[in-house]
Amino acid sequence: METVTKTPAKGNFAEKIKYKLIAENISARYDGIVAVKDVSMKFHDRAVTALIGPSGCGKTTFLRCLNRMHELTKNATLTGKVLLDGEDLYSNKVDPIINRRKIGMVFQKPNPFPTMSIYDNVACGLKLNGVRDRKILDEVVEGCLKMASLWDEVKGDLKKPGMSLSGGQQQRLCIARALAIQPEVLLMDEPASALDPIATQKIEEMIQELKKEYTIIIVTHNMQQATRVSDYTGFMYLGNLVEFGETKQIFENPRNETTAKYVQGQFG
Amino acid sequence: MITPEQRAEFRTHFRYNVGRRLVLDKIIKSAVFLCVVVAIVPLAAILVNVFTNGSSALSWEFLTQIPGAVGSDDPGGIGPAIQGTVVLIGLSSLIGVPVGVMGGIFLSEYGNNRYGRTVRFFNDVLAEFPTIVIGVFTFVLVVLTVGNFSVWAGSFALSIVMLPIIMRTTEESLKLVPVTYREAGYALGIRRYQVIFTIVLSSAKNGLVTGILLSVARIAGETAPLVFTILGSSQFINGLDGPIDALPLRIWRLSSLPYDSAVTQGWGAAFVLIILVLSINICVRYMLLQKKEKTFLRFKRLGVES
Repeated sequence: METVTKTPAKGNFAEKIKYKLIAENISARYDGIVAVKDVSMKFHDRAVTALIGPSGCGKTTFLRCLNRMHELTKNATLTGKVLLDGEDLYSNKVDPIINRRKIGMVFQKPNPFPTMSIYDNVACGLKLNGVRDRKILDEVVEGCLKMASLWDEVKGDLKKPGMSLSGGQQQRLCIARALAIQPEVLLMDEPASALDPIATQKIEEMIQELKKEYTIIIVTHNMQQATRVSDYTGFMYLGNLVEFGETKQIFENPRNETTAKYVQGQFG
Repeated sequence: MITPEQRAEFRTHFRYNVGRRLVLDKIIKSAVFLCVVVAIVPLAAILVNVFTNGSSALSWEFLTQIPGAVGSDDPGGIGPAIQGTVVLIGLSSLIGVPVGVMGGIFLSEYGNNRYGRTVRFFNDVLAEFPTIVIGVFTFVLVVLTVGNFSVWAGSFALSIVMLPIIMRTTEESLKLVPVTYREAGYALGIRRYQVIFTIVLSSAKNGLVTGILLSVARIAGETAPLVFTILGSSQFINGLDGPIDALPLRIWRLSSLPYDSAVTQGWGAAFVLIILVLSINICVRYMLLQKKEKTFLRFKRLGVES
């Protein structure tokens, strides 16, 4: 499949530049079962976009399409385009590895590398991508741990295994690890679903801080969380994107009946 | 929905025979314990038997000297055999471990297709092969081609014995590494081979080491492939292209001699072989797993559950 990266026509070029990431007609299947149906979305730069919807509606699958993680699953297929700064991620000319360095990802369950120390967990993305300079590594590790508001808790024991931390700390370690490769977009798949309210609050505060520099897309089950952290919200249901707009509008004045029912908690 | 009546009915079907369950629990427990004893008895019996029969042969000379003339008053030692076994284990591991681990990586990471399944099947077949067949095969392929018995031929045969064991255990332990670690690696923009070699392989280290040690223990005791490849010798090693001795071969030779002193030496050699394998096992585990054990102990002291 040869996908030519077309220079957009002059008319919509100005429009496209406003958006960091654009998903066009994404359909994703597992073993022929459609998980995401023809979803198109535009993600604003330096803003938080939340994806909400009941379990199994395709939020996570859609998120995984955005950094080409979906294709790593066995028997997974995908059609559509994802444009990062106007360039198609799925073009044959683009190496998925390079894109994954631009689009960081935080997973639902904390998954620090079990055999690595806290320091190495954060530094390994850089080390394995060729950064050798000890000074740069030290700086990045400290900076990223500070951004993930974990530095004060671990600065004394960076040599300890990442697994020795508590669940909430592990998740923040994973966020620091994702930030360490200096991505431009951060995908978060229910980053707080396994955490207690205090750890959740810390992560939400961090998202507010990070959004000044990053385009953040967060999948969440928790609608209060979506209202707290996001600027834009997309509601997905049964693989379709039902409604997408500013968070305030989605929650206070939904245009779609299903969205209204869901945000009012009538089903889910 | 389940109605309260249904629920009450379901409950009547439960059995509340706590007494019987406790008895059953004890029976199962003792059965398990008994099986362990049954498994340990032969092991202990072999160890005790080997030691009592062979201990009188053990001495410094026995470990370092070359064997004496058959039937003579000076029985000599098994020095060349110990040396030969150590060299053979080293060389075979040098061939077998990299190839086996790489093969295991292939089966686990890239082998989810027809080719992989075929390789896996024949690998399993190879693991079941009688080792004497491997000996004959090496004899024809290497010894007859080169023209003499050699250390290389023996190492080649033994590495073939090692291969399927290492490949299978590597594959199985790599498969146990959760997919979430790999995904975390991919999401960092790390290339697949790097994810495999740094993240996956280090997470699977325990299983890998166990597999390699199992295969080392296995080849240390192999006799059949050696008969056809290294021949046996009563001299210390003289280049890798000449014949040498090995402990299993020496045990076999000594124990078939009609002299009491030779048979005692055979027992002694068997004891040495057991100790040799045991110490390789302990040393490797200690060296490779030391760090983890230490951190584990530190967790325990801190009261952190791992």
